[in-house]
Amino acid sequence: MDNFITRRRRHELMVAGGLLVVAIVVPLFIRDVTALNVIILSLLFAGLSQAWNILGGYCGQISLGHALYFGMGSYVSTLLYVHGAIPPSIGMFAGAAVGGLAALLVGWPCFRLSGHYYAIATVVVGEIGYLLFLNWDYVGGATGVYIPIAKPSLLNLQFGKDKLPYLYVVLAFCAATWLAAWLIEGSRWGYAWRAVKDDMVAARSLGVNIFSSKMAAAAISGAFTGLGGAIYGLYVGYIDPDSVMAGHFSILIALPAVLGGVGTLWGPILGAALLIPMKELSSSYLGGSGRGVDLMLYGAMIVVVALAQPQGVVSLFRRRAHGPA
Amino acid sequence: MLRLESLSASYRGLKALQGVSLEVGKGEIVAVVGANGAGKSTLLKSIAGQVAIEGTIMFDGQSLHRMPAHEITRLGVGLVPEGRRLFPRLSVEDNLRLGAYAKRGTADRFKPLELVFSLFPRLQERLSQRAETLSGGEQQMLAIGRALMTQPRLLMLDEPSQGIMPRLVDDILAAVQKIRDLGVTVLLVEQRLAEALEIADRAYVLQTGRIVMSGPAREIAADDAVRRAYLGI
Repeated sequence: MDNFITRRRRHELMVAGGLLVVAIVVPLFIRDVTALNVIILSLLFAGLSQAWNILGGYCGQISLGHALYFGMGSYVSTLLYVHGAIPPSIGMFAGAAVGGLAALLVGWPCFRLSGHYYAIATVVVGEIGYLLFLNWDYVGGATGVYIPIAKPSLLNLQFGKDKLPYLYVVLAFCAATWLAAWLIEGSRWGYAWRAVKDDMVAARSLGVNIFSSKMAAAAISGAFTGLGGAIYGLYVGYIDPDSVMAGHFSILIALPAVLGGVGTLWGPILGAALLIPMKELSSSYLGGSGRGVDLMLYGAMIVVVALAQPQGVVSLFRRRAHGPA
Repeated sequence: MLRLESLSASYRGLKALQGVSLEVGKGEIVAVVGANGAGKSTLLKSIAGQVAIEGTIMFDGQSLHRMPAHEITRLGVGLVPEGRRLFPRLSVEDNLRLGAYAKRGTADRFKPLELVFSLFPRLQERLSQRAETLSGGEQQMLAIGRALMTQPRLLMLDEPSQGIMPRLVDDILAAVQKIRDLGVTVLLVEQRLAEALEIADRAYVLQTGRIVMSGPAREIAADDAVRRAYLGI
């Protein structure tokens, strides 16, 4: 009974290992700063979207408030550094913990709602968080916080003008989220979460505790999102509510997975590889007027995917492993 | 094994069950028959903890009242729900694996698999196929197999003959008998009177939320009044 599944899973792990080697080696030959920047952001959002996918894809709980966990992760890590002199390489894990905790706190009331109501509630909670940080002086309010420039080192997660080390940090983050999703797919939890997503009544009668399944998925998803937020904050060097907590981050985190394929291992990565370069190119070519074009682009891409490939771009690559469909 | 006393359940003020008392002994097949809307499915859902109820439900001396559904499953009450409720996009194998979810630890989680395959060899042939590609009868087999993977002591089946061609209905009911012979108690809800009463030891007739008759299955099958009650005349 195990053969078929173990073979497929081993195959996936091997593909991922191969891709990781490519992702380590290829950037060594890239000197162009813009290109490196696009790769870094693509990897970061691939990881963030994978984190979103753990809750939204595998467990079926569509969250449109992940900017909250993202922002909290970056604030916690940054403030620990600024006020507590705790190096970001440690602080980012505190950011992850707070991101996971925040997801649990949001989940506690919101998972009593189902379907669209949960999604709407997460939008509202995200906005509340944004407004809170905007008016909270200790965290810099609307002015935000600069991350003091320190001696370049792994401990400080600062590397001066050198982009390559950042790329590897973000690559490690992306790989960690993928591995987490891979482990979840094969675990008891993964099965339970997919059951919750597909049919709660059936899941319940198979002995799945719906609420704690959702909470576990939310905690893992929120923690990785917080970690990604902390890394992002260090990379850009300055955070304010608009740059890490605004609602459009929630969309940007969810979109690669939606585009690539919700509830699949490769969907978020594929989606980010398509979406982020396009977004960066459109904003660099169009300058200040680029932001609106981004949104139009997202919209157009969603429409195209929904019409042509509702299972996501990843389904183009899927072998018919499950027999006649 | 299972004892219900004056059980009532309602949907938004509409009483679906009123004062139902019922008993299922260890090793029995008990059938609950009745027309559409008599409350048969509600009865099973009440026992499975999926409907709010008033009254007493005792399973092996333990009250199931207000117990969450997943814990009831873990206690050993398996439900094959109405309409089967498979995971259509998952493979047969994954559906069965999900059944084994309730058991923690790896030692004997997949033990019932052998039993499932011996009851329904077709499932073994279609292991990697998506559940939605199976025929109605095969889907019902999978639903029963999935419930068996939870290692129930009491198996509840909600209209297992629904939407299945007659030849397969016999196969499935024969499998139910085999399941009982292996020591699993069975509570069967059916609209098909004759078939259900043929394999059951005892039966209850449910009409508009109340038990109107009970007794040995053979006697009920022979009773003309049952047909009238069953037809709702």
